[in-house]
This record gives sequence, structure tokens and C-alpha cells, in this order.
Amino acid sequence: MLPLELDQLTFSAGNAAIIRGISARIEAGPRTVILGPNGAGKSVLMRLCHGLLTPTGGRIVWHGAMNGGKSVDVRRHQAMVFQRPVMLRRSALANVMYGLKLAGKSRNQSGLRAMDVLEVVGLAQHAARPARVLSGGEQQRLALARAWALGPDVLFLDEPTANLDPASTQDIENIINAIHASGTKIIMTTHNLGQARRLGDEILFISNGRLMEHTPIDKFFRQPASSEAAAFIKGEMPWQ
Amino acid sequence: MNSLGEAFAAAWRLIAGFDAELAQVVGLSLQVSLIAVVIATLIGLPIGAMIAVGRFRGRQTLIVLLNALMGLPPVVVGLVVYLLLSRAGPLGNLGILFTPTAMVIAQTVLITPIIAALSRQIIEDAWREYDEQLRSLGARRINAAMTLIWDTRFSLLTILLAGFGRAAAEVGAVMIVGGNIAGVTRVMTTTIALETSKGDLPLALGLGIVLITLVIVLNALAAVIREMALRRYG
Repeated sequence: MLPLELDQLTFSAGNAAIIRGISARIEAGPRTVILGPNGAGKSVLMRLCHGLLTPTGGRIVWHGAMNGGKSVDVRRHQAMVFQRPVMLRRSALANVMYGLKLAGKSRNQSGLRAMDVLEVVGLAQHAARPARVLSGGEQQRLALARAWALGPDVLFLDEPTANLDPASTQDIENIINAIHASGTKIIMTTHNLGQARRLGDEILFISNGRLMEHTPIDKFFRQPASSEAAAFIKGEMPWQ
Repeated sequence: MNSLGEAFAAAWRLIAGFDAELAQVVGLSLQVSLIAVVIATLIGLPIGAMIAVGRFRGRQTLIVLLNALMGLPPVVVGLVVYLLLSRAGPLGNLGILFTPTAMVIAQTVLITPIIAALSRQIIEDAWREYDEQLRSLGARRINAAMTLIWDTRFSLLTILLAGFGRAAAEVGAVMIVGGNIAGVTRVMTTTIALETSKGDLPLALGLGIVLITLVIVLNALAAVIREMALRRYG
């Protein structure tokens, strides 16, 4: 799949330009955090990469997905966890099995794989419960399990802990790291600098639809190159 | 006033005593409407789901048309089905005019648009919520349509009950295509119309009570099922 190359990517809705010519090359390996203020275009950028939105200009190229010049079905190798996950009105286990069945796995395979990931995210004892009656934190862990079960090369996460309390946030961050350790590329958005620091290896800083910086995490916090990033860091952590 | 009271008392005796004629009429009513709802659901639900998740030219026009068809005048439906099934009509050689089958057809035509239009609305509302998640998980439109039907099943059940209520309470269409033949095609509504004009109030009133009770029970059932489902599945 990777590297992922964005070439002069633009997206506008009606007259509003939301992404204004972003070019970047995202390599396999490091956990990539897309950082920026609310309304900067982080979520839209991620939806474009995942194929949920169609760019109005520019190109998205998955270099690793070119098989002898032909592109393979890229969506099958990606998964996404949304800020507010949508749980199907069925059991937690059936929610995880749903994606696996769509991917063509047999009922047996799906069931085994689904129980495995539920175990890892600590929801095995809730497997038979209806997904919608689980707590917010549990639902988000279930969403991670559902995405992880697909064995994606790339996992997109859109503000995965925005609505959660600190304990649940920590659970989620631990699971994200476990998924990273298993070899899946992590690309996530956040507007939370603490989380960016804990989870990120490299930062894509977006402001007003433009890519302002693409740097390793240390460098970003030590000496941001753009005035926008400097202002964002100062605004979020004025004590520094 | 006194005769009204007597009529009510007589009606009650008919119901309490499981009067044979009354039971036969109620039974046929339920049978015809139930079959019509099943057929209308098999046709209307897939149509509603496909319009809900589909993207095609003329979609908006189709939705407007479908919503308008919900208000089809039963007598017009009865007339059209009558013309189709009458001896000289294109389906005349089936010989099913003035049979319960003809009544099922008329009621099906009447409530299929209701089930299609209302299920379209419910499934489309759910689709807005599920759209990105389902596409992300790799669902194609046909998968999405089936998933949404299953996930909105309790709301859809309310629609089916509404369709059943409409079918059972309708009089014009079944009167025309059924002919209101005693013991053969006489249902609750047509019997009420006939007996009232004949002046036999107890039977008409008794059937009226049964009909209204049925509608109330159906609606209560719908409410209870939704409530239980919400508590159980969220």
C-alpha cells in the first residue's frame, strides 16, 4: 500500500475551498498525526485519503498498491475509526464479524477472528451484548476492534478520543499502540497536543486547508517552522 | 337514544357470543389484509430501500410520486382493479373478480406505495447516519440496503402495522372488486356499510367495535415492540 502520495490535492464543497493544494508523501512505519485547529480540514483530508470523498483536484496515489502497473482494490487494505462510531443494532461480536463477512471471510473464520480482537481490546465478556448499549469508551474500543479485525495495512483514526474521559482515552491509546506494533500504519487526526506528543512520530500540521509542516514530532514541538504552528502550540499550551 | 343503547347491547352479545356470521366476516377481513400486507412488504420494502440508498436520475421525482401514491383513493384503485379483472378486461380470463383474491390484489395496490414511501424515509434517515461507516467497512449499496433494513427493523414493523390498519379499515376498493357477497367476500367494512343501510345496527356496530379495537391493539403493539427494542438494542 504505502507510500501514500498526495499530489496538489484539493477539495471544495460548493464555493468553500476546504483543502487547498496539499502535497505530501507518507511513508510506511512512523505513526502519522494530522494536527491542526478545528475546521482546518483534518477530517476531510483523512476522508479523501480513505476514499470516502472524491477530490475536486489533484491526485492520491498508493504507490505500494500498484501491482505491475495495475492498482489493486485499495479500500480493502484500509480501515477507519470515526470520532463517533456507528454501531449496528446487533451484538458486539456481530459488529466485528460484519466487516469480515463483507471482506469475503467465512462465518467460521469471521467468528474466530472477531473473538480474538475482542479479547485484545478487552471486550470479550461483552461479545454477546447489543453494541449500542455499551458505554462510549467501550463502543470506541469496539470500533477499533472492528477496524483491526480486517487486518488493514493502514488504519485511519479521526479524533478517536474526542468524546471520551481520561481513563477511556488511555485504553484507546494503548490499543492504537498495539495496532501500530502489529505492523499497521497509523494515520490519525487530533487537535490535542498531548495526544499528538504521546502517539505521534511525525506531524502533518494543517491550517486553513494548507499543509504548513511535515516534520518529526520532536522538531515540531522544539522549533515549529511556521508561525501558524507556533501560535497553535502556544495557544494550546501557553505555559511552555 | 334508547335504540342506540339497545343496538350496543345487541352488538356486545354478538361479540361475546362469538356469533358465527360476525366471526366469519372478521376472519376473512384479517386473512385478506394480512396476505395483502405480506405481498406489499415483499414488493414495497425493496423498492423503498433501493430508492433510499440509490443515486439515479429522476430519484426526486420518484419520491414525490411515491409519496403522492400514499393518498391513492381506494375507490379508484377498486375501479382500476375491477376493469383489469372483469370479463372483458386484460386479466378477465383468470376469473377472480368477486373473490377474496381480487380483494387481496386491490389492497396490495393500495398499501404497497405506503410501505415503499415510509420505509424509504426511515431507511434514508438511517443511511445518513451509517453511510460513511458502511462504505468504510466495504459495503456496496446492496449490502448497505440490506443492513439498513435489518437495523431499522423495529421502525419498519410500525409501517407494516400501519399498512395493515389501512388495508383492514378500507372499504371502497374491496366493495367494488369483492362485491360484498355474503359468506364469500364480505369483510368488516363492507358489512358495516351494508348492514347500516339495511338498518341492522347490532351487526354493524359489533363489527365497528371489533375494527376499532383491532386498530388500537395494533398501535399499542407497535409502541410496545419499539419500546422493548429500544431498551434491548439501543
